[in-house]
Amino acid sequence: MSDCAVRMDQVYKKFRKGEVYNSLRDLIPALTGRMFRQQELSASDKREFWALRDISFEVKRGQAFGIIGPNGAGKSTMLKLLSRIMKPTRGTFNLEGRCSALIELGAGFHPDLTGRENIFLYGAILGMTKREIAARFDDMVDFSGLAEFIDTPVKRYSSGMYTRLGFAVASHVNPDVLLVDEVLSVGDQAFQNQCVARMKEVIRNGATVLFVSHNLKTISEFCTRCLMLERGRAVMTGPANEVISTYLKGPSTAHLLEAGSKPVAISKVRVRNQRGECARFESGETAWIDIELTARERSPKLSVTVYLVDNEGQFIFHSSTQRLGLGTFTLEPGDRFECTFELKLNLVSGLYGVAVTVYRYDIQTAYDRWDPATTIHVSWDEDVRGFANCFPKVIRQEIHKASEAASVAGEGAPPVPQDVERTG
Amino acid sequence: MRKSLNELYKYRELLYTLAQRDIKVRYKQSVMGFLWAILMPVLIVMAGMLVRYAYAIASSKPLDRADIVGVAVKSVPWAFLVSSVRFGCNSLVGNSNLVTKIYFPKEIFPMAAVLASLFDFVVASAALLILLVALRTSWSIYLFWVPALLLNIVFLAAGIGMVVSAASLFFRDVKYIVEVVLTFGIFFTPVFYDVGMLGNKGKWLLLNPVAPILEGLSACIAHQRPPQLAWIAYSLGFATVVFLGGYFFFKHLEPAFAESI
Repeated sequence: MSDCAVRMDQVYKKFRKGEVYNSLRDLIPALTGRMFRQQELSASDKREFWALRDISFEVKRGQAFGIIGPNGAGKSTMLKLLSRIMKPTRGTFNLEGRCSALIELGAGFHPDLTGRENIFLYGAILGMTKREIAARFDDMVDFSGLAEFIDTPVKRYSSGMYTRLGFAVASHVNPDVLLVDEVLSVGDQAFQNQCVARMKEVIRNGATVLFVSHNLKTISEFCTRCLMLERGRAVMTGPANEVISTYLKGPSTAHLLEAGSKPVAISKVRVRNQRGECARFESGETAWIDIELTARERSPKLSVTVYLVDNEGQFIFHSSTQRLGLGTFTLEPGDRFECTFELKLNLVSGLYGVAVTVYRYDIQTAYDRWDPATTIHVSWDEDVRGFANCFPKVIRQEIHKASEAASVAGEGAPPVPQDVERTG
Repeated sequence: MRKSLNELYKYRELLYTLAQRDIKVRYKQSVMGFLWAILMPVLIVMAGMLVRYAYAIASSKPLDRADIVGVAVKSVPWAFLVSSVRFGCNSLVGNSNLVTKIYFPKEIFPMAAVLASLFDFVVASAALLILLVALRTSWSIYLFWVPALLLNIVFLAAGIGMVVSAASLFFRDVKYIVEVVLTFGIFFTPVFYDVGMLGNKGKWLLLNPVAPILEGLSACIAHQRPPQLAWIAYSLGFATVVFLGGYFFFKHLEPAFAESI
C-alpha cells in the first residue's frame, strides 16, 4: 500500500485530427475509394498529434495538487484521463480509491425532474448509493440553500440555482480523490466563498484533490504542489508558488527578445524585500521594485509607471515617477536608467502581477510595456477579502437584547444609543 | 471481463436510477400518464386484428378467439422489443454530456433503456391480462414457459441495444437504419400472422430469432400447446450470442466513446 493516491508514469495521449467519418454515408464511399487509391492511407495516418507527451507525476494521499497551463496545453485531456473517461495511448496511470469529479456541474440533471429527484439522479451518476445520498440529502439541500424549491422541476431554476444544486451534490460525494476544474469560479461572490470554504473542508477531511485550472488564484490558495503543462509536455513540477511564478514569467522571455526594436526598452524588473529578491510577502510588508531601462534612440519626456494587477487582470494600483513628483526625464542613445519604487503591500492574500510601462508624454506613446513582468504572492493569516488590507480588528462587540430594551421602554424612556450623534 | 462485471454491479443503483428517470420523464411529459405504455401495444393489437379479420374473410375461415389472443400476446413483447431498441439506440448520443464528462460503465445506458421499456411492458401486460381474463382464455401447464421466453427476448433486446447504441455513436445514420428496420421488421416477424399460415415455407421465418419466441408465447398462452423446443433453443442461443457479443463489442469500443461523440 503506497501513500500515492494518483500516479502517472510516462503517459502519452494521441489524437487523430483531420477527417473523421461519423456517418456510414461518408464512410462507405471513403472505404471503397481508399481501396483504389492506396497512397491516401499513409497520408491520413500522419494526421495525428500528441495531446500529452511523457507525463509523469505523483500525488500523495491527502495532497492538493494543481495542474496549470495555457489554453491548448493539454489540461482538458489530462482531466479526461484522470477521470478515466479516456485511456492513455501509452504509459500507466494509477488512481487509488474512489474518484469523483467536480466538473460540469449538473451535467446529469434532467430538466423535467424536481430538485429532489435530480439530487438522487446526479448522486447516482457520481457513484453514490441511494442510502449514501439519503444520508447526506439534508446537508446538500442546506448547502444549496434551495430548500423551498426542492420539489420544483429544475427547468424552472435560474442558472445560478442550477449550479448551486450541482455543486451541493458533487461536493458531498466524499471521494478519496476529487478532480476540480473551473467550477469554483461560477456563481456570485457569496456562493464562490461558500464553495471555497467547502473545498477547504473537503481537503481537511483528508481527500486528495487535483485542481485543473487556469485560475491561478484558486491554485495558489489550495495547492501545495503544482504541475505546469505546455503543449502537452510537463514543463515543471514543484511547490505551487514556484511553478505559478514560472508560469506567469512565461511570456517575459518573449518580451526581452523583442525589446531590441524599441526606442526605450525595459530591460530588467526585480522585486525584493530587505533580504533580497523575493516573490512572497506578508501583507503590509514593504517591497522594492528595481526597474532598468535601456535607450536606443534619443527620447525626451519619459516616465516609468508601475502597476499591480490582480488575478482578473484589473489594475488595482498604479503610479509613476512623473506622478510621484520626479518630473520627466530624457535618455540619449545607449543610456541606462535605473529607478526603485518602494511599495507598502497593504493587500489581501493573493497573487499579484507587477507590470511596468515606459511612457513618453510629448507624443503620448507607451514605448514599452511589460505585463506582467513578475508575480508576487501576498499572504495574511486573517480572513479579509476585497483588494486592500486595512488590517482590521474587532475591538467591541455587544448584543443589545430586544427583551431588555422593551423593559427600559416600559419605564417611559426610549432607548437612544449613547454613541450615535443625531444631526438635524 | 470479471472486472467490468464487478464494476457494473457496483453501479447497479445508477442503472435503476437512470431507468427510473426515463420512466418518470416519459410519464411526466405525457398527460395520458400510464396510458402511454399501453398506446403502442393497443395500436399494434388493433392493427393485428384488422389483418386477421381480412385474412379470415379472404380465406373464408372464421376468426376464432385463440387467434385474437395470439395476436395480442405477440404484439406486447414486440412493442417492448421495438421500444427498447429504439430508446437504446439513442441512449448514448442522447446522454452525450454524461458520456464525455463522468466516468461509469456506459453499458448502463442501453440497459436502462431496456429496463424502462420493461416497465412499460409490465404495464401493458397487466392490461393484456385483463383482456385474457375477459376472453376467458384457459390455463395450461405450458404457461411455465412464459418467463423463460420473456427472459429470452429481454436478453435479445439488451444485446441489440448495446450494439446499436455504440454503432450510432460512431455513425450517426445508424439511427435511421434502425428506425427503418424496426418499422418494417413487423412484416418479417410473425406478429400479425402465424408461421403456420405460410405452410412449409414458414419455417424460414423462424430463422428470425424473435419469431420462435413470439410463436412460443402464442402457443403457450393462446393455444395451450408447448413451444417448439428446437426453435426455442435456437433463439436462446442466438440471444446469448447477441448479448455476449454485444457486450464485448460495446466494451471494446467504450474507451473511444468520449473522443468520438
